Amino acid sequence: MKKIIKYIIADILRSKIIIGYAVLLLMISLTVFNLQPSSGKGLLSLISIVLIIVPLISIIFSTIYIYNSREFIELMVSQPIKRKTIWLSFYMGISAAMSLAFVIGVGLPVMIYSCNAIGILLIIVGVLQTLTFISIAMLAAVYSKDKARGIGIGVLIWLYFCLIFDGFVLFLLFQFQDYQIDKLALILTGLNPIDISRILLLLKMDASALMGYTGAVFRASMGSQAGTLAGIVDLLAWIVIPLWLSLRKFRKKDL
Amino acid sequence: MISIQQLTKTFGKLTALDQISTELPDSTCLALIGPNGSGKTTLAKSILGIVHPDKGQIIYKGKNIIGDFAFKSSIGYMPQIGRYPENMTIGQILDMIKDIRGEKHLDEDLSDAFSLNKLLHKTMRSLSGGTTQKVSAALAFLFNPEVLMLDEPTAGLDPVAQGILKEKILLEKSKGKLIVITSHILSELDDLVSAVLYMQEGKLLFNKTIEQLREQTGQVRLSSAIAQIMQSNPIS
Repeated sequence: MKKIIKYIIADILRSKIIIGYAVLLLMISLTVFNLQPSSGKGLLSLISIVLIIVPLISIIFSTIYIYNSREFIELMVSQPIKRKTIWLSFYMGISAAMSLAFVIGVGLPVMIYSCNAIGILLIIVGVLQTLTFISIAMLAAVYSKDKARGIGIGVLIWLYFCLIFDGFVLFLLFQFQDYQIDKLALILTGLNPIDISRILLLLKMDASALMGYTGAVFRASMGSQAGTLAGIVDLLAWIVIPLWLSLRKFRKKDL
Repeated sequence: MISIQQLTKTFGKLTALDQISTELPDSTCLALIGPNGSGKTTLAKSILGIVHPDKGQIIYKGKNIIGDFAFKSSIGYMPQIGRYPENMTIGQILDMIKDIRGEKHLDEDLSDAFSLNKLLHKTMRSLSGGTTQKVSAALAFLFNPEVLMLDEPTAGLDPVAQGILKEKILLEKSKGKLIVITSHILSELDDLVSAVLYMQEGKLLFNKTIEQLREQTGQVRLSSAIAQIMQSNPIS
């Protein structure tokens, strides 16, 4: 397994796209920190950008990579290697390369300009986001044989989590504003890995005061250590469940 | 020897393999032929474990090999269109497969005969179709497998390379190996194969040795013999 992972990472690094991604993140981070007078504000802007760009690039790059590696996967399958090993190696190889790009692009500047608890949390959440969206991308890729459709599904999933889901939650909150639905809102948030990451980070930043009543609810339930932990467990579930489903499908798949 | 029992595979409404039962004996060079979409590739891919059959068994050395990955160490596969990670060089591909397999007894006859050593630094992207086929062939034979599955092996190869590959196939057959060749070009199979497995619409029409075919049709050439059988048994 280690050997396959090594070759996948080498293959990804050779394609230079991942290097471009790291440079892009690095430029954004440096720009944001140098434009804002205080590093706290810089971090806040960075969170908004990271939570949009990282899922998008992670999901699209991984879907395309899996489709482009179709022949490589076939070659591996015709070798005496378990399918589970092949699939998990792909996951780990892509994850390692993309997380590395993230740590270089965002982790380094954060460490330089704003090395505190929230900065470290941003790096952890960013890596978890990367892992989540690679996991979702692999699920999309394994279920669709057609490349264009697979990438389309990837973009739709991103759009859904980034925009449509929030619109849906807002709609619900407005419709039911006369009722106590803070618990429901909390559960709904858990169903969106981007939202849960955003709330995890914002609550640590004291910016939750800007979020009104819902912010207060979230602060009460998630501002604590246990709340942060629950958020991270939720993100881990977002990594493990799609990956497990994709693995189950891949083991029985006709290539 | 590979023994196939009641092998069935459907893709939606299409039955790609319909209750195929046959035996592929050792020391044979078997031609797997049939029209496009007759299920040849599905059968080959089922043996390779790339496609999961719905029903039936494939028995090799007394074991059902469906879903068994360890069996693949005794099988060499040359795909019809071998495509490899584009950024890797030939040398890296060969080293990677050797590294992953970790086997010591290598058969590098083909990569020597094709002079792949001079091309090791070339990336897969820059290769012509024929050179890619040479890499596929070299990989298929590299680990001295007991079973070889060659899908359109000579398509795209130049005449010299075709000759080298054919010689290698005959040499391996004489060592007692089972070689399965999928091809449409019947004329090139003439001097290679010792048995023919003919498929049509997912069904196995016959699995006969070349002698049986010649006797049955009175034709010497394989292409004429097959043509005659097709004409005398029209299948609607």
